Amino acid sequence: MRLISQIGEWFDQRLQLAAPIREVAEHPVPKSTASWWYVFGSAALVVFLLQIVTGIMLALIYVPSASEAWSSLQNLNHDVALGWFIRALHGWGSNFMVAIVLIHMMQVFLFGAFKFPRELTWVIGIFLLLMTLGMAFTGQVLRFDQDAYWGLGIGASIASRVPILGPTIVKLMLGGPIIAGATLSRFFALHVFVIPGMLIAFVGLHLLMVIKLGINEWPMPGRLVKKATYESEYHKLTMKDGAPFVPYAVWKDMFFAAFILLAVAACAVYFGPFGPTGQPDPTIIQTVPKPDYFFLWLYAVLSFLPPSMETPALLIGPVIILGALLLLPFLSGEGEKSWRRRPIAVLTILLVAVMLATLTHLAGYTPWSPIMNAWSAEPIPARFLQHRTALERQGALVFQAKQCHNCHSLAGEGGQRGPALDSVAVQLTQDQLIRQVIQGGGNMPAYGKNLSPAETTALVAFLQTLYPAGQSPARDASRARAFGESGETSSAARPANRP
Amino acid sequence: MLIDKTLSRRGLFMKMGILFNGLVATALAVPIVRFLLASVTRGRANRYLSWVSLGTVSQFPEGETRLATFRNPYVTPTDGKTADTACWVRRIAGDQFQVFAINCAHLGCPVRWFPQSSLFMCPCHGGAYYQDGSRASGPPERGLFQYQYKVQDGLVSIQAGELPTPGDATAALFEKRPPCA
Repeated sequence: MRLISQIGEWFDQRLQLAAPIREVAEHPVPKSTASWWYVFGSAALVVFLLQIVTGIMLALIYVPSASEAWSSLQNLNHDVALGWFIRALHGWGSNFMVAIVLIHMMQVFLFGAFKFPRELTWVIGIFLLLMTLGMAFTGQVLRFDQDAYWGLGIGASIASRVPILGPTIVKLMLGGPIIAGATLSRFFALHVFVIPGMLIAFVGLHLLMVIKLGINEWPMPGRLVKKATYESEYHKLTMKDGAPFVPYAVWKDMFFAAFILLAVAACAVYFGPFGPTGQPDPTIIQTVPKPDYFFLWLYAVLSFLPPSMETPALLIGPVIILGALLLLPFLSGEGEKSWRRRPIAVLTILLVAVMLATLTHLAGYTPWSPIMNAWSAEPIPARFLQHRTALERQGALVFQAKQCHNCHSLAGEGGQRGPALDSVAVQLTQDQLIRQVIQGGGNMPAYGKNLSPAETTALVAFLQTLYPAGQSPARDASRARAFGESGETSSAARPANRP
Repeated sequence: MLIDKTLSRRGLFMKMGILFNGLVATALAVPIVRFLLASVTRGRANRYLSWVSLGTVSQFPEGETRLATFRNPYVTPTDGKTADTACWVRRIAGDQFQVFAINCAHLGCPVRWFPQSSLFMCPCHGGAYYQDGSRASGPPERGLFQYQYKVQDGLVSIQAGELPTPGDATAALFEKRPPCA
């Protein structure tokens, strides 16, 4: 024992770190902050450390070359002992890190921790969020598969919309005229050197400020922040009702961090690594690219924006969001901290959470995309074909052969791009059906040049049989008026032989 | 000492040191910035573009649209398969062609051709195009990108080399549109 303390003293005489470390560890924090609500920041830091360690391990095997990256990932997954596990840890670690950073940010927002004097801590936190998302995107690129390849194409397409500078930005981003070797190399440099370096520096600043300014006290409704008095009040609070951070508060951070690491490892073992999906070969076009889960909401937004809104929304939207986040502590730097007295803050969080959750959920099954093989893989259910005339069945054939099923569902099967057609005959008359098929409109292509008159007649005859039992199909009242009760001349319009 | 009482000998040397470092940093910044911008400057005046052959005319039956692949004219040693590119070739009649980029004009996903319904459909956000490449439905702001093509000695060639992106669409917003008839 004596030898160890002698060695320790020898080092400390030279390093002189023991005193400042003890001072930081034992600095008094308000007792109210020793809460399970205050553990997310440290958990994010611990997951970040896990990412650094697993990232370095992956770099031992991974080859950042467009021609070999994919096979080096296969090598990691299948040949290197526990390579799959390290990949899974890194992949799940990134998912957890994005989630924890967002939860941490939400807690800080609801507890008013961004207010005076912690404005800069918040601003740096915003940069840390951007860098975390940057790591997530560049990491997805390094998993150089089909999703990564076409994901880069989406990124380039968005970047190209910047006025005047667009094409320049695209070439800078890709490192050349196309997505190729240089692109992967520069995303490797970003993911491994540039962004982590900045992350480490900014995390250091973030932590330094937490220690220098003190952790945000538990907000009490009615205890307002005033720039003139806050610091002395906080000082008094830590003196009167404070406790040393170590060990009074730190044990909760440690428990939660260990729990999160365990959860990452459990997910890694149970679900395994992400991908890689198909080879990044641009000539294989039978692919449905999708981003990782933290960008799914954006993927959904991009399908819902009307064409005229797209470029302005893509270019102006991020500026507004970022501007609002950065300005927040300066516009609302004083006053009430407690979320109990800040209904708009709570509503904002709820609104954003519901929006992100809904969009992510939608992106899970992409109702806006045609199902590319529905026309050949999902037959029309038999009940739509029983007791039908030859013409109507011919129409059902046209429905399949012309890929209508890719966008329209019958009995819940098929695409959801267009409306379900189970009861289309109740909504549209024969004339309206013909017009819709031939001219399109309402986001449907026009099929006029594509269907012969005979095919159109058959298709419309089939569509007119699509109405639920107990309801009658839509009829054109004027036609009955002009031609009498049996005015509907086409045999297709004859009500189907329904029981 | 006579020039300025506040400026000591040491202070002057320090200022000269800062100036010297500034000059060296500027001199070094020039090649560094030029290196960083290499991919942009190299592509000036469409120098990435050149003519590549897609095959003989007879490979593309009249009235049909076929997938063709080509090797990008500009390659680097580590490109691997990523320098292979696909495109859709529509032979209208005789030497009349249309060659469409594989990339959707919305966000660049690979569009697929459905000859039965004569539509290109995109798997990402549901963009659809008619057989002549014009926009049919969905989020794209414009029709499919088209390559310049030429037919020479029975070979179809296109001018390729850059990833087509909707960057030009932004410019189109400012174009004067013909008044509605």
